[in-house]
Amino acid sequence: MVKNTLNIGKISEGFVLDHIQAGKSMEIYKHLRLDKLDCCVAIIKNAKSSKMGKKDIIKIECPIDIIDLDILGFIDHNITVNIISDEQIVSKKELRLPKEIKNVIKCKNPRCITSIEQELDHVFVLTDEENEVYRCKYCEEKYDSSQS
Amino acid sequence: MRHLMSPLDFSVEELNQLMDLANDIEAHPEKYAHACAGKKLATLFYEPSTRTRLSHEAAMLNLGGNIMGFSSAASSSATKGESVSDTIRMISCYADICAIRHPKEGAPMVACQHATIPVINAGDGGHQHPTQTLTDLLTIRSLKGRLDHLKIGLCGDLKFGRTVHSLINALVRYDNIEFVLISPEELRLPSYVRKDVLDKQHIPYEEVVRLEDALPELDLLYMTRVQKERFFNEEDYVRMKDFYILDKKKMTLAPEDMLVLHPLPRVNEISVEVDEDPRAVYFKQVQYGVYVRMALILTLLNIKVE
Repeated sequence: MVKNTLNIGKISEGFVLDHIQAGKSMEIYKHLRLDKLDCCVAIIKNAKSSKMGKKDIIKIECPIDIIDLDILGFIDHNITVNIISDEQIVSKKELRLPKEIKNVIKCKNPRCITSIEQELDHVFVLTDEENEVYRCKYCEEKYDSSQS
Repeated sequence: MRHLMSPLDFSVEELNQLMDLANDIEAHPEKYAHACAGKKLATLFYEPSTRTRLSHEAAMLNLGGNIMGFSSAASSSATKGESVSDTIRMISCYADICAIRHPKEGAPMVACQHATIPVINAGDGGHQHPTQTLTDLLTIRSLKGRLDHLKIGLCGDLKFGRTVHSLINALVRYDNIEFVLISPEELRLPSYVRKDVLDKQHIPYEEVVRLEDALPELDLLYMTRVQKERFFNEEDYVRMKDFYILDKKKMTLAPEDMLVLHPLPRVNEISVEVDEDPRAVYFKQVQYGVYVRMALILTLLNIKVE
């Protein structure tokens, strides 16, 4: 009997983002602006994982210098980033919390200038690395991920 | 180019220099009477604040400079939909320095990103009001002779009072500071100040409800007004507004050298009879507000007076 399996081939150059929390891959797709890239992207949802039970995986076939992956550190720094060259994993990128995040999350404070000023970037600054606290650059309101 | 967005923009050493300059201005005003001749201060007040605007304007006029500006959003291009960034670009062509007050938090930060002149944050919503904090620090240092080794009572609306939050942030940089937080339960100091500032830096403090309990041991009492605009319903405001009234009788409990400060305007929280008490220094505080703004204008414009 042949099991139903889904196979996605190897990529020759690019990234494999592994151990993404199940269900988060589309969010990452959006934040990395992968829709703007003219390259092959595979999104695997709910793949089996011995460590996580279920996980998402994203494979991106592209030159490795065209994507800024720093934002992944903010979304989930447990993601494994494998850098692929000649179909082999050549290195793993260590994710860190970015010092600044621009236009990824929005300030929810209705009293903040970002709520009325035209075309103003929404910028959040890492103010407490230990507790992973980001504050709006303008009003200093703490970002609360539960409100997003 | 330097701006003033928060009281913490200046290091303790820089603050000392600024206050030394303010004290020299106080002692020798004539020396500085023409220091800013030919310079213009623009006061961009998107919401009315007579005291803060006039204090900045008085500071510039005392320095021999000129003033221009608007005192409400209604009399500015904001009503036409002009952004803060466009307004400040335009003002940069007219003036040498500007003070901006805006109801939206962070508006002065937007202004300083686009300005080619120094920007002073003259209050942005409930966020920052750094020149008030500089005023408070100068008043304490001038009249008490120090900014360290002080037991400070903060009384009234500690929840919404941004002057209190800023003052705490500024004072914890000095040695041996202790706070007594005097407020009704509903207006307690928010946890982000208690935990993130006081606990984190191991600053001793106690919370009390009765002003009378705290008074005998204070070096300084900082009174605040319960602000009507912060309440959603009239009933809560009425219940809170007269919670604390400092009067002559209560002042008998206070040490002889305790100072009473208030950012003003006051409503009922300090009885008029206290004004005659030499320990009541809130009107002197207003005068120090002008000196410190004069020192700030000179510092940001990098003007040295020999």
